[in-house]
Amino acid sequence: MDLDFDKPIKDIENKIAELKTLNLKSKVNFASEIKVLEKRCQEQIRSIYSNLTPWQVVQIARHPKRPVLQDYISLIFNSFIELHGDRIYADDQALIGGLATLDKHRVMLIGHNKGKNTKENIERNFGMAKPEGYRKALRLMKMAEKFRIPVLMFIDTQGAYPGMEAEKRGQAEAIAHNLTDMAQLEVPLIALVTGEGGSGGAIGIGAGDVILMLSFSIYSVISPEGCASILWRNAKFAPEAAEALKLTAPSLLKMGILNEIVEEPIGGAHRNHEETARNIKMSLIRHLDTLNQIPLKKLLKQRFEMYARMGKP
Amino acid sequence: MAWLKKTDVKSKIPGNLKLNIWTRCPACQAHIYKQEWEKNLKVCPKCNYHGGITCTERLDLLIDPGSFEELYPDITPRDTLNFKDEKGSYENKIKETISKTGLNEAVITGYGKINNRKVALAIMDFRFLGGSLGSGTGEKIFQTAMAAVEHHLPYIIVSASGGARMQEGMLSLMQMAKTCTGIAQLKKKNLPYLSVLTDPTSGGVSASYAMMGDVNIAEPGALIAFAGRRVIEQTIRQKLPDNFQTAEYLLEQGFIDIIVNRKNMKDLIGKILDFNQRK
Ligand SMILES: [Zn+2]
Repeated sequence: MDLDFDKPIKDIENKIAELKTLNLKSKVNFASEIKVLEKRCQEQIRSIYSNLTPWQVVQIARHPKRPVLQDYISLIFNSFIELHGDRIYADDQALIGGLATLDKHRVMLIGHNKGKNTKENIERNFGMAKPEGYRKALRLMKMAEKFRIPVLMFIDTQGAYPGMEAEKRGQAEAIAHNLTDMAQLEVPLIALVTGEGGSGGAIGIGAGDVILMLSFSIYSVISPEGCASILWRNAKFAPEAAEALKLTAPSLLKMGILNEIVEEPIGGAHRNHEETARNIKMSLIRHLDTLNQIPLKKLLKQRFEMYARMGKP
Repeated sequence: MAWLKKTDVKSKIPGNLKLNIWTRCPACQAHIYKQEWEKNLKVCPKCNYHGGITCTERLDLLIDPGSFEELYPDITPRDTLNFKDEKGSYENKIKETISKTGLNEAVITGYGKINNRKVALAIMDFRFLGGSLGSGTGEKIFQTAMAAVEHHLPYIIVSASGGARMQEGMLSLMQMAKTCTGIAQLKKKNLPYLSVLTDPTSGGVSASYAMMGDVNIAEPGALIAFAGRRVIEQTIRQKLPDNFQTAEYLLEQGFIDIIVNRKNMKDLIGKILDFNQRK
């Protein structure tokens, strides 16, 4: 999928690629032309990506080439031991977790597990978790509490799965239970929205001591399409709804929902997975260093006060 | 998440059917004397359909007469996002709703007595923007939990809500975490929390405090859900069981402790609270 607002950039990128192959094949050297084009490309990216509409940000947050949890696991963490199952019903591959090392830190990593292609996405239900996913997440949080290790929560989901089986097994109860127990969990919790922060399915692993968002990720109470179909009576007004919902990281930072924005490379995470991962890693280490220094009582008090303040008149 | 657009029960009842003394049950279509409908607490005498009631009507049913002390009555919604949709601004919608309902938020909160025992209460009202969970709603429910903790009281929340309030965006979603933070405090102090789920309780409300009662009590036939029926049908492309997402279905699946008729609700809550021997 190519984004339409990305087209001018793509055109230049294609031209550069063309010249580079020509460079190899012919005796003529295009090095200077390539240099000029690369500079123009950077300028183009800068101008487009610094003036995105909320709806364009939604497109970037959902970009199929955007890094997913598996990319971050290999790019950020030194090791990862996946732990499966909720001990009640099943193992949900839409929401996974396990023991991970991040430099000197040992952590419990939990995250929505979108796939990189159709096959993976079908196996992982497009990162839309069922109650068993949320219950596994809570089991792993409790284990982290026992082991005294912090919990990192990577959020990237359209929402909790709206299916009959999910409803039958108590999607609402599973999310409610997580929110209630996270409020008292006796280890630091860091939540990071990497792509789509879709409603209850996102906050079900999102009530952290620190809430971070990548610069082109989104976090919303309802999808723009869902909001448009209710309030505008037509899903085609999604761009208007995206604007009204204030779902971008800078808007949410201003509203006091977030603690910090983790910068993506210019042109979006899909253009440079490595740089995105590096920025996330630096931010996580910094927050882990800080949170690990806070005595438990103070940590819980701070968390309590943070949520008590949310939307306070 | 506030996907629910329930038709107001009142509007469905033709007001002047035969000299204005008759009303019609929205469920079984039976004609009922208006007086009987009111006397029967808006429950159909023929099919036991439990119609929607206002928060003040609910209050009268649940607590000893004259025992209500309201808390935080002045909290109202705020249009932090400056939200506008096709039909206008959220700000105007708030004003209209306040003047139409005489309420300041989708919940009233306070202290009351049940059989002479003091409790903290939050009662939602579906007429106020579909009982949606906004920042003001969340603040009142959270603060009342804190008041219960401070005064060592049981907490009773009666839900009637379509879910989170879209017009308040993420501030609304965060109320799920905020209200559950309040519920967690009650849990820590071993204070009883009874959740009463009435028609409808869904979305961000069912996925936060409403499902977290020590005892979850529901009214017969109440719609209790996470996702909307239509969304689910579109996702799975198959027909859902008839009683899907009703109180009876949730009881069968293990998410509701007990279903009780409206007229017996107070008695049941009183009896349950009597079992709490912790001082
Ligand atoms: Zn009837």
